[in-house]
Parts: sequence; C-alpha cells; structure tokens
Amino acid sequence: MAKEIKLMKGNEAIAEGAIRCGCDGYFGYPITPQSEILEYLTAENPYPKTGMVVLQAESETASINMVYGGAALGKRVMTTSSSPGISLMQEGLSYIAGAELPALVVNVVRGGPGLGTIQPSQADYFQTVKGGGHGDYRLITLAPASVQEMYDFVELGFDLAFKYRNPVMLLSDGVIGQVMEKVEVGEYKPRWTNEYIAKTYPWALVGKPESRGHNIITSLQLDPVVQEKVNHKLQAKYKVCEENEVRYETFQTEDAEILLVAYGSSARICQKVVQLGREAGIKVGLLRPITLWPFPKKPLLELSKQVKSILTVEMSAGQMIEDVKLAVECKVPVQHYGRFGGMIPTPTEIFEVLKTL
Amino acid sequence: MAFKGTIVIDTEGCKGCGVCVTGCPQKCIALGKKANKKGYNHLEIIADTCIGCANCAILCPDGVIEVYRAKV
Amino acid sequence: MTREEIIKPENLVYSKTKVLTDTVMHYCPGCGHGTTHRLVAEVIDEMGIQSETLGVAPVGCAVLAYNYFDVDIAEAAHGRAPALATAMKRLRPEKFVFTYQGDGDLAAIGTGETIHACNRGENITIIFVNNGIYGMTGGQMAPTTLEGMVTATSPYGREQQFNGHPLKITELVAQLPGTYYVTRQAVYTPALVRRAKKAIRQAFEYQKLNKGVTFVEIVSNCNSGWKMSPVKANEWLEENMLPFYPLGDLKVPEKE
Repeated sequence: MAKEIKLMKGNEAIAEGAIRCGCDGYFGYPITPQSEILEYLTAENPYPKTGMVVLQAESETASINMVYGGAALGKRVMTTSSSPGISLMQEGLSYIAGAELPALVVNVVRGGPGLGTIQPSQADYFQTVKGGGHGDYRLITLAPASVQEMYDFVELGFDLAFKYRNPVMLLSDGVIGQVMEKVEVGEYKPRWTNEYIAKTYPWALVGKPESRGHNIITSLQLDPVVQEKVNHKLQAKYKVCEENEVRYETFQTEDAEILLVAYGSSARICQKVVQLGREAGIKVGLLRPITLWPFPKKPLLELSKQVKSILTVEMSAGQMIEDVKLAVECKVPVQHYGRFGGMIPTPTEIFEVLKTL
Repeated sequence: MAFKGTIVIDTEGCKGCGVCVTGCPQKCIALGKKANKKGYNHLEIIADTCIGCANCAILCPDGVIEVYRAKV
Repeated sequence: MTREEIIKPENLVYSKTKVLTDTVMHYCPGCGHGTTHRLVAEVIDEMGIQSETLGVAPVGCAVLAYNYFDVDIAEAAHGRAPALATAMKRLRPEKFVFTYQGDGDLAAIGTGETIHACNRGENITIIFVNNGIYGMTGGQMAPTTLEGMVTATSPYGREQQFNGHPLKITELVAQLPGTYYVTRQAVYTPALVRRAKKAIRQAFEYQKLNKGVTFVEIVSNCNSGWKMSPVKANEWLEENMLPFYPLGDLKVPEKE
C-alpha cells in the first residue's frame, strides 16, 4: 500500500497520531502555542468514526484529572498543554504516577517563568525530568525534533505508558508544534475493546465481577511501611525503564573532538552547526537525547573519553547541562549556550561559540 | 398481626455511638457498661420487647446490627 | 417465642449489604458517613448493579471510601472527583458512575470541577456529605461552616465580614441546566434514613436516563469536629444546620 503523506503542523500531527493510533480520549484546555491540537481534534470529530472522546475541560487541572479517571479504566487517554498549563497539572501527574497509571501528556513548551511568552522554549526540562509534582516519581520523557516524531511519539508514548504503567511526557516546544513538515501517517488502528482491556490489564476499573475482589486505584498508603514498599516498587520499575528505554541519536560523532548535546528543536539547529563546523575543519558531532528521562548517560560517558569538550545547547538558562555533567563524571569540560525567554538561537551564533572551545 | 423481633449485635464492631438507641420505639436497647476490645461501651439488649422494626440497624453507621422478625 | 426461634434465615429483615466490604470503617462513632456509605451500597445492591458501578472517592474524611465500597473505585485528588467521573462516564457510558465527596472537597477546592461537571450535564451521581467542617484534618472551617460556628480556624466563631458566608453549593448547582435531580437529605432518624435512601435510589435510577447530574446532599454531623457526643451532635444538626440547609428536593424532573 502506498505511503500516505500529509503536510502538517507539529500540533496537528499530535492530534492525527492520537486518532490513528486508537486513542480513547483526549481532555484539554486551550493555551498557545498548542491550541491547534484541540481545534484539530474537535474539527475531525473522531467520536462517530473511532469512538475517541474529545472534551474541552474547564481547566488544565480538570484535564489532567479527567486523564486520571480515564487512565484508571485502562483507557488510552491523553492531554496536551503548554508550560503554565503543565504547571497546573503537576498535582495530577504525581497522583497518576503514584497510582501507577498509564497516560500521555504533551507539553508544547513556551517561555517562562510565569505567564512568560508564547514563543518557544525548553525551560521546562527541570520540571519534567526532575519531578515537577511532589514525591519520588519519574516521567518517561520523549523529546521529538520533527513533525514526524510528533506523530510517531504519540503511539510510542502510549506503548511505553502501558508497558510501565507510568505517565509519559512528550516534551516538545513551540517550534516543533508550529512548524509544518511532511508526515508519513500510519493506518487507523482500532481502539481496544473493553473485553481486551479487562483481560490484558487486570488492574483496570471495568466494573467488579463476582470472580474477583474490587479494583482500587489509589496513590494513598497511610502506613509509612507500606508507602516505603510502594516507593521501592516504583524505583525498581524506573531502574528497568532506565536499562531498557534510553533512546538517542548521534550525528558525525565518530571522529568528533567537540560534542554538541541538544534535544528537540535545538538539536535541529545544532545539525546545521555541525555542518558549519565541519566546513570550517572543526571535528564536531552531535548527540541528541530522544528520551530525556531515562537520560542517555552511557553513550555520553563513552563519548566523553573521546572528545575534549562538550557544549550543550538549550533554549533555557542551562538545565539539561546538569544531567550531561553528571553523565560524563567530570571527565571533560561541559559548557552551555542558551537563548531563552522565547528566543531561538541561530546556527551562526552557536557556531561562533563553538569556535572559542 | 403482631411481630416479635430480635437483633444480633456485632459487639466488637460497635463503636458505642448510641444513635441507634434514639431510634428504638420499644426502648429495648441501650449502651451497656461492658467495653469491647476497642474500649467502646457497646450496644446491649435490655428488654424482650423488640418488634423487629429495624430502626436501630437503619441508623447504625457501622452496620453492626442484624435484625430478625417473626410473626407471632 | 424464644430469641433462638426468631434468629432464623427466613426471619432476617436487615443485615449489612454485600456491597460494603468487611473492613471496619475508620469513621468516628456516630458519623453520618457510615450511614451514607451503607445507603449508597444498599442501593447498588438492590439495583443489582455492583458489577456495573464505578466509584470515585474524595480527599477528606471519606478518602478511604474505596476500602468500604465493594465496587471498582478510584481515589481522586482533592476536589477533582467530578473530573475523574466525567472521563469515566464518557469512556464507559453504560456504567453507573458516582462520586462521594465532602464539603471541603466539593465546595471549596473542587468548586470548579463541581460546577462544570454539573453544568455540562455529566450523567453521573454526586453524593455530597455536608457536615460544615473539615473533619479529617481536625475540624477546621469549611465553606459550609455556619455563621458563628466555632472551628479550629474560626476559634471565635465564623465571622461573616471576615470569612464570608456559608456556601449553599447545592442551591447553586440546582440552578444549572445540567443538573437533573438535586435533593438535600439527612440520616439521623429512621424516617430520614429511609427518605435519604429513596433519594439515592432515585439518583441512580435517573442516571440511566442520561439527562444530567443527579446530586444528593446529605446534611451530616461531625461530632468529633463539633466536639459533642454523637447524639448531641445530631440534635445540634437539627437545630442549627437544618434551618440554613433545609431538607427536601431542590430540583425534580418536570413531568413529561
């Protein structure tokens, strides 16, 4: 069958990916720069075709708690927002992680702090990979760098969420959300039946049959001895995830003496920087983390033995750089170059920094 | 037609709140002097006049009263 | 006729419903939560919908309700039960979905979720237990605390000028077109318990019609928070709570 190619915005690709991968429910609230997701979904109106529920909630707080409710049923549910809205969702994310439920959340990051700006940013890295909400939990975090990945990572995100019974964050930004690129879309996959969910996910709330006790979805354990056990279980799960789910890409690192580390749209810009560097005779390569948590520590440690210097490029004041430093264990100097508050660095300005290393 | 009733009290589950006593039209139940393992002075039957109306059970927040009623 | 002769299976007229688990409830002696739990469970039992019911527990005194209701049930974040229930009902419209919430949960931190679930006309049942206080955290002032009422955070009595007015959230949601049945009940006398149970049954029956939220407020006591004996608390409830929160139906479906 011929491939189906569409020209889409990143935000639209998220919505299309959700419909086609068999998502059961989307609950969201408008916020720039990601409102196209909800607009696209309401215009497509998938309910009569696939049964996918699309609902505009009264707030991001309600959205994430609708996701919590839907996830408790073993349904593939998601929400999307941008930075201030994601801040509002942190409580719910912590509950979802604590109750060990699968869910997909997309953050099309904009500049902050506060109301900030509607322009792109990567300043929500800390919030996403270091907690955000309360308690010892992790979000599996995917960082798409193209509209194609926006599309692909929706299904991947759901797969990981159900594999680990854990919320997955798709950490995008205003560039990837708004840019238009061609996307190869997949076929429509049917949503899971209620019978399939009941059989495959015995924890899901499907209505208590005579044959078993009632299912409870909760993140509460008043007894600290039990709560510590719950935490140990979570940590063991995260360890398995760290061992199995690290994803990254490298560009021209084979002979690199200088390594750029960047994710998302910064990584796209850095690909151009690598080209500029190579043209100027600088042996520069790029490592792009695709999962921000779990973070590609091992490949970075390996490359640190080969390169003499590392430059992280982020649209923030320097957040991922902390994980890069931890990963390379002080074996090589790590510097940061960033633009923030909604500004996007150009390849040329990064190249100028590169020349000073 | 007259009814004769009685109740079975889960004395260990009883918290001794006494709300049931307020609903008994026959005044045949009361909180006793004996405490259960949790230290509550639990409900006791004090008279043989129960008609099995179930008011006590209906009021019991903890569902510790079972009611039986027979025609006499 | 001896006691032994009466205690026979065929003479059993009342026993605990199987839709409540055997877990001993943590509620204080005489708390209306226990009675309200029982009524909801009895209704689910009598309607034969245990396997078709999905519950949502709140944060507050009833946070552990999931241990007592023998149905598949989720424990929500504080105030967010209607949001969870919204998604649950939309994704499984054939199920009976109910939330069980207190006044702090439903009428303070969760006001937004309450109002909007009611206004959207979600086909869910909301059981709202109003005892005018935050019981779980030790008796602090709630949105429903009466004027002049002493609590841990209104130690000299709730002052209207300073703390605002007690919130009649049930009257408020009754105004919304998305609610189908709104009623206020109590559970401190046998007659009231019977009436409250009928109301809860009605609320669940109406849920089948898919005509919007059915909302049952239970004006209840908090003898620990009010610092009274259980029986005294019920008398206080009648004398003080009911004049401000009068019992009865606030909204009933128009006859078709």
